[in-house]
Amino acid sequence: MKRSITRLLMAPSVIMLLVWMIIPLSMTIYFSTIRYNLLYPGQNNFVGWMNFEFFITDPGFIPAVSNTLILLLSVLIITVVVGVMLSALIDKPFFGQGIVRVLLISPFFIMPTVNALIWKNMMMNPVYGIFAWISESLGFEPIDWLSSYPLMSVIIMVSWQWLPFAILVFVTALQSQDTEQKEAAQMDGATGWHIFRYLTIPHLARPIAVVVMIETIFLLAVFAEIFVSTGGGPGYDSTNLAYLIYNQALLQYDVGVASAGGLFAVLLANIVAIFLIRAVGKNLTV
Amino acid sequence: MTYLAITDLQKHYDNYHALRGINLSISEGEFVVFVGPSGCGKSTLLRTIAGLESSTGGSIDLDGRDITEVASSKRDLAMVFQSYALYPHMTVADNLSFALRLAKVSDAEIKDKVRSVSASLQLDALLERKPKELSGGQRQRVAIGRAIVRQPKVFLFDEPLSNLDAALRVQMRLELARLHKKLGTTMIYVTHDQVEAMTLADRVVILNAGQIEQVGTPLELYRQPNSRFVAEFIGTPKMNLIPANRIVRNEDTLSIDLLGQQIPFPANRLKGPLPDSVVIGIRPEHMSLVETDGDLTGRIELVEHLGSEAYAHLQLSSDQTIIIKAPARTELKDGQEVNIKIDVSEIILFNESDRVISVIPEEA
Ligand SMILES: Nc1ncnc2c1ncn2[C@@H]1O[C@H](COP(=O)(O)OP(=O)(O)OP(=O)(O)O)[C@@H](O)[C@H]1O
Ligand SMILES: [Mg+2]
Repeated sequence: MKRSITRLLMAPSVIMLLVWMIIPLSMTIYFSTIRYNLLYPGQNNFVGWMNFEFFITDPGFIPAVSNTLILLLSVLIITVVVGVMLSALIDKPFFGQGIVRVLLISPFFIMPTVNALIWKNMMMNPVYGIFAWISESLGFEPIDWLSSYPLMSVIIMVSWQWLPFAILVFVTALQSQDTEQKEAAQMDGATGWHIFRYLTIPHLARPIAVVVMIETIFLLAVFAEIFVSTGGGPGYDSTNLAYLIYNQALLQYDVGVASAGGLFAVLLANIVAIFLIRAVGKNLTV
Repeated sequence: MTYLAITDLQKHYDNYHALRGINLSISEGEFVVFVGPSGCGKSTLLRTIAGLESSTGGSIDLDGRDITEVASSKRDLAMVFQSYALYPHMTVADNLSFALRLAKVSDAEIKDKVRSVSASLQLDALLERKPKELSGGQRQRVAIGRAIVRQPKVFLFDEPLSNLDAALRVQMRLELARLHKKLGTTMIYVTHDQVEAMTLADRVVILNAGQIEQVGTPLELYRQPNSRFVAEFIGTPKMNLIPANRIVRNEDTLSIDLLGQQIPFPANRLKGPLPDSVVIGIRPEHMSLVETDGDLTGRIELVEHLGSEAYAHLQLSSDQTIIIKAPARTELKDGQEVNIKIDVSEIILFNESDRVISVIPEEA
């Protein structure tokens, strides 16, 4: 009796959520199986796996998948490694600690679009960018980052965007680290490095896992930075899956293939998630 | 022979003078206990010895080496913390062997040492567990084991038993005493528990407001404190302090006027000149209730029965309250008038500046 009431009361929200999820998903699945090009309206016949075939055999597909994974892994590694090091560095009190912390966190408040524009125009521009100015003052040829190293440029921008998040999580975690444990280790003859290696890193295992999970969700779908800066090019050099799908849907007006791509992205996200949960999830139970 | 020498040690925090010139020498193998009221600087002194706080003056020498500026990792001391501070991600075995692994001791030797320490502390069955899977007492033993395994020059303990329940505390106290006997290593122990101080210590250091008030064996501090602070600090319940009205000398006896009653006191137990007024100190266990012929009279306010004994709180004619130890099965009633007999040989006299001006009978 009681149980059915609770179920009844929960039903609206559960149904709401289901509908919320099911409708877009089933529409995507439906679109992915029909011919649906905005340039040829009315010709919406069932095509089976054809859209998937088109998407997978697209010349941009292999680069897009590998770029997505390279982007994801590079940014994860950079933000976690640099984040842990910077947080450990600013953990000890020093003059101006508050300001340094605010400065380190602030990139997180900048919109991805603005972030990409700043990097594109102020940092990486081969004529008046700061990097170009540095190379020139040192007597080197300025580098046109966006066209010479497009994927790396995107990685730099996205890392800059996400590093503050990692630092925020790690700094908070470090503040909860027990000082007596560190003192005990000191008495046991541990150097600063030993304490970092044997106490701080294990202490950060859980926050690292959290950062990896959350960043993965967002990094699989990086779009604004690519759209604003490299536009996926040159060629497919900085195109990731999200950008390729956008390309299919809006530049080539092929909603069917874009839907198939979307489903493939869902599949990839799940594979990556399972892999990452296996790899870092173990730490969550420590 | 001095093993650990602390000379004029000073510690200033930003705006607080926490250690004000500490001088102390400790011999090898001694068990020294620091006691004092909260905030007097016990932990600060211990942490300064450990090198976890830097001193702002004075020096510390250990075994002939000046360690004042040496990093704590190089001082060869081991510390047991109040919170145990076990490494949460390591098993008990790894906790025990951490220092040895850092010192690059060979695997075989590490195994040997861990085994012998875990056997002596009954930790064998727990070696593969993580700290969070242990009880408080077991954690405590791991923390002690982690200190022992390194065979340091001095053990430092900062209130190691204060997180344990009463029964376990008594048991661990005994274990510590046994351990000290077995290892013979110098130990410095901070506590605010008098019983721990009295039972464990070879010598007790009483600290007050960043200074050493008195150093001595537990019995010395109990019998011949040299200030009112020490007299009141040592002993439970506290020593009774009763201001005397007048004190006069008749040949070799002093006559102390205590609320109208004359109490004779041997003149040779007075050191220094005769002051105008004194406070007499007498412990609850050195007074008794008598039918007639008492030195004082009082009215019973309250009797606390502890089972093995009872403490009677009495109000004197001056309205002051004192405590007297009474036999366990006392028939005392609240409000009853009683006569009090004072054991004169246990009286301690204090002058106006709270210094002791009497000596104990054996020394007279
Ligand atoms: N980091 C600090 N900065 C400023 N003052 C401090 C600091 N640490 C301790 N103090 C002060 O130094 C004094 C001694 O502190 P300490 O911790 O040594 O006391 P304690 O005798 O161990 O007391 P307890 O029995 O409560 O542990 C205290 O008055 C305390 O307020
Ligand atoms: Mg303390």
